[in-house]
Amino acid sequence: MKALEPLRINGRPFASRLFVGTGKFSSPQVMAEAVTASGTELVTVALRRVDFQAPADRTLSSLDFSRYHLLPNTSGARDAAEAVRIARLSQAASGTNWIKLEVTPDPNYLLPDPVETLSAAQQLVELGFVVLPYINADPVLARRLADVGCATVMPLAAPIGSNRGLLTRDQLRIIIDQATVPVVVDAGLGMPSHAAEAIELGADAVLVNTAIAIADDPVRMARAFKSAVEAAELARLAGPGHQSHQARASSPLTGFLGDEA
Amino acid sequence: MHIIVNGDRMEVEPTLTLVALLAQLGVSASRVAIEHNGKVIEPDILDSVTLGPSDQLELVHFVGGG
Repeated sequence: MKALEPLRINGRPFASRLFVGTGKFSSPQVMAEAVTASGTELVTVALRRVDFQAPADRTLSSLDFSRYHLLPNTSGARDAAEAVRIARLSQAASGTNWIKLEVTPDPNYLLPDPVETLSAAQQLVELGFVVLPYINADPVLARRLADVGCATVMPLAAPIGSNRGLLTRDQLRIIIDQATVPVVVDAGLGMPSHAAEAIELGADAVLVNTAIAIADDPVRMARAFKSAVEAAELARLAGPGHQSHQARASSPLTGFLGDEA
Repeated sequence: MHIIVNGDRMEVEPTLTLVALLAQLGVSASRVAIEHNGKVIEPDILDSVTLGPSDQLELVHFVGGG
């Protein structure tokens, strides 16, 4: 199992390996409580047109931004040019140069376009952004993105919001094995056990949104994900034993009652 | 004069500044980003940008997202 290194992204330390998205919550209050319960230190947000009928979006006014590192995403971008445009506007709106690069033109599966993502990543790195690219679990693409200067790679476990868990686990193993930047498994994690498994596989962090936001009790689910990620981290630190095909007895093999002399 | 704001046509006074437009729309300048004719406007210069006829504006802000 991969040794656990303290999590640093672009030099910034994170004590929690659980990142949380702020979309789809039933109310701003629930979202803020769930984010607090998760113990996260990083939240993602999206950039959208101001609605003049309701100009003060209350969703984010419930969040205390001094407690979390803000990671705007480029959701809505259909190509590299739109992603760069959204990133620049996000920076103007927030002051942060961190960006979750997300180019997902297909509305049915929301899979990230690798060609546009790589192009946008190169442009954004050149413009001085700290780029965290959302990608399919493609090990070759992951290396290319690290090579052009991305701060992490964020391979998906399953389609966004599908809650299906680590469908891409074999590919994730390869990405983790070859990674030169932190690996954040993002999208499709539906249960705490999925998040735990991602960390146990060697991922450096996970990003969860839908599974927490649409649970009947999002605050409780946030706590569950927090516990799962912490459990997996502890397990890695504890130095787990190896797997074997044959049994290795737990009880002694000598001194049995009724043994012949 | 008319301008386009978030894809919609709007009638405004001539030589309106960006900061005055925001006030008119009831939009707080904090955590809003503005694109004026394709150019991102830095928050500290809002009062120095004067709008012209057919100007295109995008007013965006953060919302919940994954």
